[in-house]
Amino acid sequence: MDKSVNVKPKRKLLRPATLNERKARAGYVFVLPFILGLILIYIPVIIDSIWFSFNSLVWDASVMDYVLVPKGLEYYQTAMSTSTFVEYLLSGLQQLIFEVPAIIIFSLFIAVVLNQKMLGRAVFRAIFFIPVIIATGLMESINASDVFSDSTESGIDDGSGSSGASEIISVMDVERLFGSMKIGQDLVVYVVDLVNNVYDIINYSGVQMLIFLAGLQSISPAIYEACQIEGATAWETFWKVTFPMISPMILVNAIYTIIDSFTKNSNITMSYISSNVTDMHLATAMSWIYFAIVMLIIAVFVGIASSFIFYQRRD
Amino acid sequence: MDSPKIRKETKNKIYVDYADKTPYWQRVKNKFTSSYTWVKILIGIFRFVLMLGVSYVILYPFFTKIAGSFMSRTDVIDSTVNLIPKHFTLEIYQYLIEEKHYFSALLNTTLLSLSCALIQTFICCMIGYGFAKFKFKGNKVLFIAVVVTMIIPHNTLKLSLLQHFSGFDIGRVLSWDYKGIIELIMGSRPQLTNTFWPLIILSISGLAFKNGLYIFMMRQFFKGVPDELEESAYVDGSGVFRTFFQIIIPLSVPMLITIFLFSFSWQWTDNFYTTLFFTDTAGKMTLMPDLFKNISDEFLTDYSGRVIYENVVKNTAGIMIIAPLIIIYLFCQKYLVQGIERSGIVG
Repeated sequence: MDKSVNVKPKRKLLRPATLNERKARAGYVFVLPFILGLILIYIPVIIDSIWFSFNSLVWDASVMDYVLVPKGLEYYQTAMSTSTFVEYLLSGLQQLIFEVPAIIIFSLFIAVVLNQKMLGRAVFRAIFFIPVIIATGLMESINASDVFSDSTESGIDDGSGSSGASEIISVMDVERLFGSMKIGQDLVVYVVDLVNNVYDIINYSGVQMLIFLAGLQSISPAIYEACQIEGATAWETFWKVTFPMISPMILVNAIYTIIDSFTKNSNITMSYISSNVTDMHLATAMSWIYFAIVMLIIAVFVGIASSFIFYQRRD
Repeated sequence: MDSPKIRKETKNKIYVDYADKTPYWQRVKNKFTSSYTWVKILIGIFRFVLMLGVSYVILYPFFTKIAGSFMSRTDVIDSTVNLIPKHFTLEIYQYLIEEKHYFSALLNTTLLSLSCALIQTFICCMIGYGFAKFKFKGNKVLFIAVVVTMIIPHNTLKLSLLQHFSGFDIGRVLSWDYKGIIELIMGSRPQLTNTFWPLIILSISGLAFKNGLYIFMMRQFFKGVPDELEESAYVDGSGVFRTFFQIIIPLSVPMLITIFLFSFSWQWTDNFYTTLFFTDTAGKMTLMPDLFKNISDEFLTDYSGRVIYENVVKNTAGIMIIAPLIIIYLFCQKYLVQGIERSGIVG
């Protein structure tokens, strides 16, 4: 019996995904919330924010909705010609230059000390990381409101601004000490400012301390042992081993500090923009200018710093 | 020379007596006459005092704030009163609890912070894992996008954030004015201000306050987790998601607690979003920032120390705001260092 069978050409199956492809797909699923948020919420918000700085949003009664009126570069020109803004911008950058090295050096120092075995280390660690969870938003604005209070007559010292520190070390002493050392007046002013702002510096170096501590923990103890056997002093060990090993962390921390110090509310420029500028469009334009400048600083800083950084080759 | 005599043997240690061992007093004498010991002790004392000093600077504001909170109106302007109040009173606490509805603020803020922190911890853990362990097209570009979201201050986006959430729609760009997904389906755009939704939506998409930092930390942490662990799970027939939930998440508990602590406390003390999204003053939901805003004239009364007294009230509000946080911190702080240590944030 001959039966011609009508053989249907077999449908070409899709090649099953390789492991790598399947893993890539899983990767997309994991990152999906962020991708969706970025495309559907964040990018529109950014576009609008840029758009708002070039346009004016006006309530139009005839269509019962807000209407955008193009303004071109007007807000940017107004911002740059507002003398107070330029002034605040400059002093904000000055604050940045002042704060970043101070915070980095202080947090590195404290992290090194907290990394050593000592009496009551756990308690000190607990105390030192309190600012990490507290020194943001609300407490910042409470402390900022305190600055106007005259603590000398109240009998209550809030520890905000300079009041807490000035009792510990008299500023005059520091000035006299450094004045007699015949070093530049600017350096004296810098050190005095540091002493005055010790409370702020401690409060803003919490996260940096944590990052440094993590970095210090990741250095292999074998290297220190080798140093000890070779007879290196603690000082040499710090500069020849700890410092190069921690240098990537210094870059990370410096960038974090720059970002943190210009996004926080108590930043001079930011607080000026958010409280003194009533026109929201102008405020947006101003913050984009500020953002661009800080970005430029970060780019220059990373460009310079990355050539000095020692990366341990990891196998 | 005879072999050392074992004095005592425990599970971990063996105590051995050597015949030619230096006598005890000789050893003590040697120890205390060497400069090495003294230098070590001196450095130890110096270090301890230094740490104590810095801790004092950190804790001092709390002492003054707590001390001030028990003071009466006259104590505040009395220059002889220092830290310990003469007329002990609880009226500031009473005012904040009764007039400022502290407990309702506490409840609302707890709900808000808890929901945001839980979502943020989970979402950031997921996103960080995706970035760390999977190679897919656009991994690098997307990660740069994460860093950018961290860098752009939300202050800059204030106006457009408000506009977006007062008439919320997905994928709608106001300046191009077309209808977004929600408007196409529902016909109108829901107003989300004065609800928890704006913050929850931002949390779900990993865009809320400092989420970039959390994603970064999680990514660094997962990069340190050896790939062999997952590979062995895959070989045993576990899927990607099962591996994630049953192996990776239990492994990263200290890190998750760290992230949770950060997101919870930063949401708790957040001032920017709460004032931005909770604008309705009439039937308003009380949140923590309201405690120290608009302190009524009736309470402050009109006297010479009014301005200072207002600050004392604000400080007391500050103490009451952070008190729950401090309690949580005391329980979580050992995980904080542990989690950070394990993250090994390197480049």
